[in-house]
Amino acid sequence: MTEINAKTPMEDLTIGGDIYCAGNAREFKTGDWRSMKPIWLEEKCKQCGLCFPVCPDNAIPVGKDLKRKDYNYDYCKGCGVCAKVCPFKAIEMKEEGVE
Amino acid sequence: MSIRERLSGNEATAVAMKQINPDVVAAFPITPSTEIPQYFSTFVANGEVDTEFVAVESEHSAMSATIGAEAAGARAMTATSANGLSLMWEMIYIASSLRLPIVMALVNRAVSGPLNIHNDHSDAMGVRDAGWIMLFSENNQEAYDNMLMAHRIAENKDVLLPVMICQDGFITSHSIENIQLETDEEVRKFVGQYKPEHYLLNADEPIAVGPLDVQAYLFEHKAQQAEAMRNAKKVIKKVAEDFEKWTGRKYEFFEKYKLDDAEIAIICMNSTAGTTKAVVDQLRQKGVKAGLLKLRMFRPFPTEEISEALAHLKAVAVLDKADSLNAAGGALFEDVTSAMYVNGKHVPMVNYIYGIGGRDTTEKQIESVYSDLAEIAKNGKVENPYRYLGLRRREN
Repeated sequence: MTEINAKTPMEDLTIGGDIYCAGNAREFKTGDWRSMKPIWLEEKCKQCGLCFPVCPDNAIPVGKDLKRKDYNYDYCKGCGVCAKVCPFKAIEMKEEGVE
Repeated sequence: MSIRERLSGNEATAVAMKQINPDVVAAFPITPSTEIPQYFSTFVANGEVDTEFVAVESEHSAMSATIGAEAAGARAMTATSANGLSLMWEMIYIASSLRLPIVMALVNRAVSGPLNIHNDHSDAMGVRDAGWIMLFSENNQEAYDNMLMAHRIAENKDVLLPVMICQDGFITSHSIENIQLETDEEVRKFVGQYKPEHYLLNADEPIAVGPLDVQAYLFEHKAQQAEAMRNAKKVIKKVAEDFEKWTGRKYEFFEKYKLDDAEIAIICMNSTAGTTKAVVDQLRQKGVKAGLLKLRMFRPFPTEEISEALAHLKAVAVLDKADSLNAAGGALFEDVTSAMYVNGKHVPMVNYIYGIGGRDTTEKQIESVYSDLAEIAKNGKVENPYRYLGLRRREN
């Protein structure tokens, strides 16, 4: 599948915008939709494993040791579901862009 | 060898669908097209077709299921009328923009309200800009023949657009006429197998259909649809030529009935053309040079060809069986006048809104249009271009 961008002429686009390959959602980074940002407080985290299954965007990476790592902000839309389920207040929601 | 039969327009359409033997038919009954899925489901029940018949709960679902099936790689068909088409409206645009060669029978009926189940063209005119190829049929034979040609047009790789085959509700859909049918084998040979290049159920090529199309892309994808519609013209011509070689029945973008040497002419679509032909014959006996242009291919619209066919006339009347309610002309009138203007041809032209909600259109009324045209032809003056035919008004 050829690379397309905002300068590709109409003759080189597939009809209907069809994508003739799989797994391409990865290329669509949705992190910039975020207005609220989850902050992982590693020192408070007990690795209970409740947060990552509820993430709608698979934006919480989990290692082979089954422990979660810090957020993948390329895809996290800041929905806050992870912060809501955390029993240990180890995820804090902060306004995006405010340090 | 053709088979001589007598069938209603709905039966003829259902028989064409049976002979085509599509993979999927999803439909919801609505007057006056109800009989098409009704007859077809009988063919399914009797094992006469291999089709998966999906009895959906609404027309929106009928078009959705048809889209899903076609995207999966199946040949899918449906049928509807008027308000059923209205309920499909969202999915009508999805079907054409996903470039799915779906074929639909549209049995034309007035879109309510006030509630009316009878024939006019307001349903078809409501989707005239939806990116569907639209072919109109004067009688049962044409409804059948157009249906047999539809898949070859829709599935052509330079086209890949859905096709709508229109006929007049009740007037042809429920009238039994003599018809020439072709054999199942011959039909299947002509229509051919559906072999999509890309489809969802192809395990060797996982694809995404209908992804989000943002500001940087939708314009180009719409222009691709417009290009496909332009390409469709030559494909429709080629398929009709092949069809003529096979059956001997000739189809063009439009039929010119005693038009070439005419001085005055009517343009109309579907069954009214039959009535108009009878009037033309009567007028010709009286020495009036009357003619008819019966439009078959409404989308794509044959602008150059129409302007050439009309250029020699002294006066033309465009009959619209749907009112655009725009304080100007009907849709067909606007397309025809625009075609003339752009191609630098000027002929005095007048629009008649007629036959709304199934109002009968008589030979006498058509004759009155030709009388009006003869009057206009004398000095080329059109007093009021926007007129009605058969409307009751208070005498003043």
